[in-house]
Amino acid sequence: MNIWIEQQRALIDFTLASLARRKARNLGLLAVYTLLVFVLASVALFSHALRHEATRVLADAPEIVLQRLVAGRHDLIPPGYLEKIGNIRGVQKMEGRLWGYYYDPVIKANYTFMVPSAGGVERGTIVIGAALERVRGLALETGISFRAYSGKLYSFVVADILPHDSELVSADLVLMHEDDFRTFFEFPAGHYTDIALAVANPQEVRNIAAKLAAALPDSRPILREEMLRTYASIFAWREGIVLAILSGAILAFAILAWDKAAGLSAEEKREIGILKAIGWETGDVIRMKIWEGVLISLTAFLVGYVAAYLHVFRGGGVLFEPVLKGWAVLYPRFQLAPEIDGLAVATLFFFTVVPYTAAVLVPIWRAATTDPDAVMR
Amino acid sequence: MIELIEVRKAFNQGKHNEFWALDGINLCIEAHRVTALCGPSGSGKTTLLTLIGCLARPTSGRARFKGEDISGLPERFLTQLRRRSFGFVFQQFNLIRGLSAEENIMLPAAPSGLPQHVVRARAAMLLDRLRLAHRRTARVEWLSGGEQQRVAIARALINDPEVLIADEPTANLDTTLAREFLAILESFASEGRTVILSSHDPLVIQSAAVHRVINMRDGRIVANYHDA
Ligand SMILES: Nc1ncnc2c1ncn2[C@@H]1O[C@H](COP(=O)(O)OP(=O)(O)OP(=O)(O)O)[C@@H](O)[C@H]1O
Ligand SMILES: [Mg+2]
Repeated sequence: MNIWIEQQRALIDFTLASLARRKARNLGLLAVYTLLVFVLASVALFSHALRHEATRVLADAPEIVLQRLVAGRHDLIPPGYLEKIGNIRGVQKMEGRLWGYYYDPVIKANYTFMVPSAGGVERGTIVIGAALERVRGLALETGISFRAYSGKLYSFVVADILPHDSELVSADLVLMHEDDFRTFFEFPAGHYTDIALAVANPQEVRNIAAKLAAALPDSRPILREEMLRTYASIFAWREGIVLAILSGAILAFAILAWDKAAGLSAEEKREIGILKAIGWETGDVIRMKIWEGVLISLTAFLVGYVAAYLHVFRGGGVLFEPVLKGWAVLYPRFQLAPEIDGLAVATLFFFTVVPYTAAVLVPIWRAATTDPDAVMR
Repeated sequence: MIELIEVRKAFNQGKHNEFWALDGINLCIEAHRVTALCGPSGSGKTTLLTLIGCLARPTSGRARFKGEDISGLPERFLTQLRRRSFGFVFQQFNLIRGLSAEENIMLPAAPSGLPQHVVRARAAMLLDRLRLAHRRTARVEWLSGGEQQRVAIARALINDPEVLIADEPTANLDTTLAREFLAILESFASEGRTVILSSHDPLVIQSAAVHRVINMRDGRIVANYHDA
């Protein structure tokens, strides 16, 4: 055991000394390699955390949302609809929701105005998302005026700011009292934007949706599972773009690794011959090269992965924002909760460390099995 | 110490350019002595050294090392035997460029599993003995020819071998350095090592440091005389 450790130490010492001889080249290789791992790991961590976040947010969303359609367009729910639905078995809770979009010409962005179902916002006050806080420079107890579509100006006092950890979905939210909402939008009394239904048993969701469609033929039930699928496909599409860019980087790296593998120089062959002649076994030469591959690829993997972790969870994934986020005009700036997928780490490890080490080894194998007497001439 | 019986060595056997570099060598090399192989270029000196040093196997015939038949040993055992019992000084020195003198000297010990500090101490001792201590950390390609050769000698001795094999050791040295080298050889023999070298340098062959000269021609031994 001790002998084995000492052997590996000696081999590693030699590997490091030998790598240090071509510092610029090997550091360049390490940098490209690290960058590759960094980008790959960033995408993996980012999209995984984002998906996790979206699932978490949607978990609180109602199982079914009912919208009324007029001429195929989303329209208001007129009074009496809640009653018309009446008592469908399996529906735990049913409520009309009030929300709408407001275009703010000051910052040229849309907000979502919403009346929270639980209430809790006093008349004349609003609760705002963090993006709004930032962009309009608002703070607690400050006032802000919005010009309604009718042309009238309404003022509100900021009573609270939504927590930053949910910023992904709440960035552009403005929560207000029902009366304020109705006056501001001149929203007719008794009308709602849509209806949210809570269903206890997930097996019954489709059944209930069918019953709803039958009872209210001008309405369309939207299921949470469908929303989840939509989110998933949006993420998949965005990931696709990044992966397309990435495949270019991977190709470049493959060429680099191949070049290193194929271009086993005469000098390297000579050195392997010398090592064999002075008493190294074929296995020692190969072990030494395994260390070389492992040292380079493991360093690249660790540094790249840690950098990606910091980038995504401490730096908010700044480099990807334009591609991976941005369905709201108001830019969410959020800290994703650190979420690591063990399988993804293992996959990334396998696909970065193993091919490189193998690429280094294959040609060495051939050189290392040549006869040692060749160095005598 | 080393016994060769009817040893033959062919290159490219069975092909149109088949060539017998050694053709029936019978030889017995005594321990603790300096033996020189000499003969014209192409006579098979280097080939014979590779067989003696376990770098290659004879095509036919037997080779014994300390009474044990080594001609049939598998590669792994040959390598081990080579590492433990033989040290090599090659004609072109064959040092690894870019590494320091010390790193080069320590290389043959890497597979042995000896603790690094032991190997380093031994390397320091050898450097001292060969008057190279001040060049310990210098890259080998910056060293002069004579210094490079002394690094090669130190490397050959790091595993404390019983047999030192040197192929044309003085070919790249001037007269003074060659004399110095012979003096070093003599000290090895007197401390109990066996030295086998090849040379066509009269300075080496006629030197008092060489105890026995074996003359070769066309893969055969033609004359073989001992010193007094
Ligand atoms: N790998 C090989 N393939 C074919 N022929 C070889 C090979 N190695 C050596 N020879 C031939 O075997 C013969 C003996 O070669 P060897 O190197 O042993 O000679 P030498 O006595 O050491 O010569 P020199 O004094 O020039 O070093 C030469 O004719 C050489 O061409
Ligand atoms: Mg020769």
